Amino acid sequence: MKRLKNLLLLLCLILVVFSLNACGNKKDSAQNQSVWQKDKSTNTITWGVKADTRLFGLMDVKSGQIRGFDIDMAKAITKKVLGKSGHAKFVQVTSKTRIPLLKNKNIDAIIATMTITPDREKIVDFSQIYFAAGQSLMVKKGSQIKNIKDLNKDGTTVLAVKGSTSAVNVKKYAPKAKVLELEDYAQAFTALKSGQGEALTTDNGILFGIASENPAYHVVGGTFTKEPYGIAFDKGQGKMRNKVNAAITEMRRDGTYQKLLQKWFGNVAGFDLKEASQQ
Amino acid sequence: MSSFAEAYTWINFRFLLEGLWVTIEVSLVSIVLSFIIGSFLGIIRYIRAPFISGLFGVVIDLIRNLPLLLLIFFTYFGLPKIGIRMNPLAAAIAAMTVFESAMIAEIVRSGIKAVDTGQMEGARANGLTYWQALRVIVLPQALKKMIPPLVSQFISLIKDTSLATIIVLPELLYRAQIIYGQNTRYMIPMFLALAVMYFAVCYALSLVAARLEKTTG
Amino acid sequence: MISVFQQHGQELLVGFGNTLLCSVIALFFSLIIGSTFAIFEAVPSRFLHIIGRVYIEVFRNIPLLVIGMFFYAVVPQYIVSIDGFTAGTIGLTLYTSAFIAETVRAGIQAVDEGQMEGARANGLTFMQAMRHIILPQAFRYVIPPLGNQFINMVKNSSVLAFVAGFDLMYQGDMIASTTFDTFNTYIAVGILYLVITLPLSYYMRYLEKKMD
Repeated sequence: MKRLKNLLLLLCLILVVFSLNACGNKKDSAQNQSVWQKDKSTNTITWGVKADTRLFGLMDVKSGQIRGFDIDMAKAITKKVLGKSGHAKFVQVTSKTRIPLLKNKNIDAIIATMTITPDREKIVDFSQIYFAAGQSLMVKKGSQIKNIKDLNKDGTTVLAVKGSTSAVNVKKYAPKAKVLELEDYAQAFTALKSGQGEALTTDNGILFGIASENPAYHVVGGTFTKEPYGIAFDKGQGKMRNKVNAAITEMRRDGTYQKLLQKWFGNVAGFDLKEASQQ
Repeated sequence: MSSFAEAYTWINFRFLLEGLWVTIEVSLVSIVLSFIIGSFLGIIRYIRAPFISGLFGVVIDLIRNLPLLLLIFFTYFGLPKIGIRMNPLAAAIAAMTVFESAMIAEIVRSGIKAVDTGQMEGARANGLTYWQALRVIVLPQALKKMIPPLVSQFISLIKDTSLATIIVLPELLYRAQIIYGQNTRYMIPMFLALAVMYFAVCYALSLVAARLEKTTG
Repeated sequence: MISVFQQHGQELLVGFGNTLLCSVIALFFSLIIGSTFAIFEAVPSRFLHIIGRVYIEVFRNIPLLVIGMFFYAVVPQYIVSIDGFTAGTIGLTLYTSAFIAETVRAGIQAVDEGQMEGARANGLTFMQAMRHIILPQAFRYVIPPLGNQFINMVKNSSVLAFVAGFDLMYQGDMIASTTFDTFNTYIAVGILYLVITLPLSYYMRYLEKKMD
């Protein structure tokens, strides 16, 4: 009985901590608070990253850490912006959750395979391009589908991820195909494997990452759109954006950028490094 | 079959167990909080205090009749719009506590109601005040009646923590998805592991409850 | 919030219809399956008892989401190709049938034991007695709890959102992820769920009161 009492007490305490935490959060939610000011004083940048995307941001089961090109970019940018002691904190996002989380100020910036589009620019601000991707298709080897045109038939189903540009593009390039949108790439690929659709569509870099682990599938038809990736910030965080832009420019000049690109994509068969590093 | 041997490495297993711990943690905190809040609300509903009882009744009915998944979404993605921001763990606990409190309030209310009204009258006739009668006579009996529905509610709660995978809470289901997302051959072994782990926790709880019922009843 | 209904009424309506459809289908099949396993537990056969018990305990103690995702992700790869709506509905049916089995079992137990003996003494077989005497009475007892199961089912059908089942939650989620108006969209979705569940819930409470 006494132990139960203690447990209860402990849990009440947790509740209090949580509620205090919530209040604390509330206080700094003042609309125009500068992310740059906050990050400089805490010496930490909180990045929204993917955890399900091979080559860009993938959870390593062994260490529990997320690894990939986006992660390394974020770490390198953090060091350039805040100095050597700067700390990069990662919050996992999906295509669907990233903008709400940025708007809600759970994260300071998004570096999560996010395409710069005019529609998105109305809601968030983007850095310069840090990776020039293009949308492509992945199918099972031996599939009849060779390119996006083959999908434009009644009765074909294309798999995409919720909140991504790929879903919108498919509706444009193959209006007759049915589009099924899943939570994340792991689930979308699972759906492809279980025959819920004929093709999985998203950006080439992501598809190459999936195909590298699953030899029964391959990327076909080249890229049919341009998907320049940018780092996203909330509106009104110009200072932060300028700092990050300067960091990317410097990384391109001193070779850090090329080194990272080579590290993650150098060995991917069929991947065009030159195309990806376009500005 | 080799996929089982490959999937059940210590590394993967440890990764899953860490997720199971998150599941249990969230469940425990939510169970305790919602039991306290739910009992409180249930009693208020029962005593028919003017205005508040009715008001709480309406709110409880609204929450009870919504999908928990919607509440989780709303807590994590909707509430920040009005300045309430939480991390996935806090959001999951908050949403589950709100939902389960409403469910438990209803269990408590009908549990008390099920205790014979004659008991209350008898106690009052013997000189106890309303509150004394409620506390000493009615509530202990009601609690006995409430144990089975309460336990099935708690089991539901444990199972429902899996819904928080949608706000990227690193609980058991989320971690299994991460593992089979990286190698889809692990899918069946992972689903089996999920089923066994959830079953073990939930079934154990129901066995404890059965024993508890026997000893108190 | 009204603007959410105005601009996305069509999508929400489709979701609303699918949620209802899925719940009604799942109710129908889980009633059949649930009653079957409940009868298993009433039959004097140790073998059927065990089968009934195992079925109920397995599906009661595993999250619906895990069951639904199993049917969406695993079953099509190895057994038969089914879409998200079907997979979700099957998952919902199996999950709920375990709860319905428990409910119906309690109902059967609530019917006086003497009735079964009387019916048997009058020359009815076990199954005949079950069908004509016991079950009709048992169902009267279980209508309110069954109604509550149906409400749970409508709420639980939201897991179809995970498997691209085009239900109300999925549609709401899609709207929210394109408009970013999370707050109002989820409130609109919530109102639509309440349109189904709230009247049912009050009606069941009324029935319960009447039966007392």
